[in-house]
Amino acid sequence: MHLPTFKKLRVVLSLFFFLATSLVLVDFLSLLPPVIVRSILFLQFTPSILNFFTVAGGAAIGFMVVLVLTFLFGRIYCSTICPIGTLQDMVAFISKKLRLRRYHEPLEPHSNIHLAFLVVAALPVAIGSMFAVNLLDPFSNFGRLSGSLIRPLIIVANNVLASFLELFNRFDLFPVEVKSVALASVILPLLFLALVGWMSFQHGRLYCNSICPVGALLRLVSRYSIFKIAIDADHCKSCQLCQRVCKAGCIDRKSKTVEFERCVVCFNCLTACPSGGLKFVLSLGSPNPHQQVVDGARRSFLLGTPLLFIGRKIAADTAKVVKPQKDSTIPERKLHPVTPPGSLGINHFTQTCTACHVCISSCPSQVLQPSFLQYGLAGLLQPVMDFGASYCNFECTVCTEICPSGAMRKMTVEEKKLNQAGRVVFIKQNCVVYTENTDCGACTEHCPTKAVTMVPYKNSRLPEVKPEYCIGCGACEHACPTRPYRAIYVDGNPVHLIAKKKEPEKKQEVNLKDDFPF
Amino acid sequence: MDRRQFINKGIGAGIITGTSLLWGKNNPLFGHTVSGPAPAYDLIAIKGGEPDVMFDVAIESFGGMNQFVSKGQTVVVKPNIGWDVIPERGANTNPKLVGRIIEHCFNAGAKEVFVFDHTCDNWTRSYKNSGIEKAAKDAGAKIVSGETEGYYQEVAISNGKSLRQAKVHELMLSSNVIINVPVLKVHDGARATIAMKNFMGVVWDRRYWHRNDLQQCIADFATYCKPSLNIVDAYTVMKNNGPRGTSMEDVVVMKSLIMSRDIVAADAASAKLLGFEPDEIGHIKIADEMHVGKMNLTGLSINRIKI
Repeated sequence: MHLPTFKKLRVVLSLFFFLATSLVLVDFLSLLPPVIVRSILFLQFTPSILNFFTVAGGAAIGFMVVLVLTFLFGRIYCSTICPIGTLQDMVAFISKKLRLRRYHEPLEPHSNIHLAFLVVAALPVAIGSMFAVNLLDPFSNFGRLSGSLIRPLIIVANNVLASFLELFNRFDLFPVEVKSVALASVILPLLFLALVGWMSFQHGRLYCNSICPVGALLRLVSRYSIFKIAIDADHCKSCQLCQRVCKAGCIDRKSKTVEFERCVVCFNCLTACPSGGLKFVLSLGSPNPHQQVVDGARRSFLLGTPLLFIGRKIAADTAKVVKPQKDSTIPERKLHPVTPPGSLGINHFTQTCTACHVCISSCPSQVLQPSFLQYGLAGLLQPVMDFGASYCNFECTVCTEICPSGAMRKMTVEEKKLNQAGRVVFIKQNCVVYTENTDCGACTEHCPTKAVTMVPYKNSRLPEVKPEYCIGCGACEHACPTRPYRAIYVDGNPVHLIAKKKEPEKKQEVNLKDDFPF
Repeated sequence: MDRRQFINKGIGAGIITGTSLLWGKNNPLFGHTVSGPAPAYDLIAIKGGEPDVMFDVAIESFGGMNQFVSKGQTVVVKPNIGWDVIPERGANTNPKLVGRIIEHCFNAGAKEVFVFDHTCDNWTRSYKNSGIEKAAKDAGAKIVSGETEGYYQEVAISNGKSLRQAKVHELMLSSNVIINVPVLKVHDGARATIAMKNFMGVVWDRRYWHRNDLQQCIADFATYCKPSLNIVDAYTVMKNNGPRGTSMEDVVVMKSLIMSRDIVAADAASAKLLGFEPDEIGHIKIADEMHVGKMNLTGLSINRIKI
């Protein structure tokens, strides 16, 4: 292959992954079928590795594909698959076009800060907290960037266009109402964007080589890659061009070495070199001189990595109780948040969810919203069922089908219809029928399982709940008209249960031959 | 006055205060304005056929759709699309019936026909899985969202007791003709949901109704919103667990259809089909007392048809 072709291929692939991933995250009309969403997100590293070790096993081998690719060719993931990587390239591209910054200085090679961040991200996972991973992980952050910043802009554009079409009596597009906006889910992505934007403007791929836990992990593998980029001393004219175009700052022109573990395999250098002084070559067992120094800390860390996941499974099994949200001023006493269907329960969910918000973007009823403190600070922005915003559609399983990390296990519609995420609680003293003695029934009307039915009460009928039939969809709570406190609400199940299925009442018959009753 | 003019004028004149003065008798909500011979019957009851066939016969007996729709008019056909449920479960209006009504509207010369409902379940899924979106589009109608607050305009319900104002979908205000196409079901809150109750799907805030004497609010809105025609789909009738239903066990196939210009009479006859006396349903009784229409069917001329 001609050398510049590598770069072209890389650019095309990276734009493909970037656009496809963005499409998943801004798809506010849920146009993409779940199987397409899953395929697009298959190679995203962190969700895949979590999915593999918790739920899906062999079905979620995307991260292995990435590891193999890295072992063969270096950190291709960072240059093509990772959307945050491409986002940084875009920042660099634009700043170059605007002539704000032409090239980056080479960076100090020996910093081990990336390992510190990897430990900071991975260690809490061992005790069941996704907090640090969710703050640092590139895909998780990209999900929130697209979902909380770009998606609303696209919805606004859609709504403006829809209103415009409406002027001509066209209803091909519909304005979409955003049911809830969490401040934290806007501020955090903005901070992340500012940080990564600044880093990439100043230092190219500094985020990838210092903060990003996936980058750090892949660095450990790419040191041993079979193919590497290396300087051919015979052809190198020491012109610096490669060093100037290197995003990762990993080329040292003086010693004519490429620190390949920091290289994101963008092929800029190969394209820039006028004399064929750089090669992408088979380099079995010939790492660069300063990489051969055995680093004790790194080695032991590498060995420890699989242990983290074992420890994590043990932590998951020992049923850590999440602190309930007790607030005595709220008469609806919700002891636990309601986690989405398929999430097994609060522990599994909070320990596996990367808060990438793919489900939030895809939820047709918008019942999934970023949490604030419902799961505690450690679960910040992980999705929660918000029955103030909406309720979970009985026939819908979209979130369980697209979750890339296995925080939600795939469910059939029939399974989902019996998955008890929470249980209904009725506060008679709040109910319109009790206080006003007028008909209401908004809760029963919406209940898909008849966990809420109406029983005679004075001149009207009063709700009666049978929580064993409840699946916790929140339709009753959403529909209940009383304020500020609802007369009916759903309290989350810390561990999801299976609801009892209600036997249908005997079918009534009519004789079509009968006369009209009037 | 087309919709756009309505909105501009409505905003200019002050939407709440100017409502009744501004439109007077030309507003479709105050009854249709087509002049012509009055239909021969007050109410048509038909049974034994497919929904579309029954409608053909019933509307013929009423003198044809051009009794209600004139050339160049805009029409709203308002079915019940409340739930993300398949047609066989009887939670939504029969799509075949909706499609056929739209065809008749176009045959009568309608310029445009709109179909919408402010659904309970997710609206896109309900439109799709009810079969109504496809049936309506196939018949040439435009599907419009009911899930957009911006489409709703505040109006005064001057004769209302509990409901004095409501935000109503703009299509209801701007279209020339309103055809109300409910499906007959028992209802956990209102006891039965028929024609009057179906108009809870044209307002934005239903919680207000639930909280402020549901039955009275349903009747109050009927004093304001008077459709040109009510067509009650009683083909698949939900007898248990309404309005959503839980399974096929909840419905019976009644193969019937009730049609009337009088929304109270349509509700009274349909309630009887369901096994209720009309005065057992709070809003029917109240609407009768408020002279919205006649609950007592004995004085009405009824054409009873069996196919």
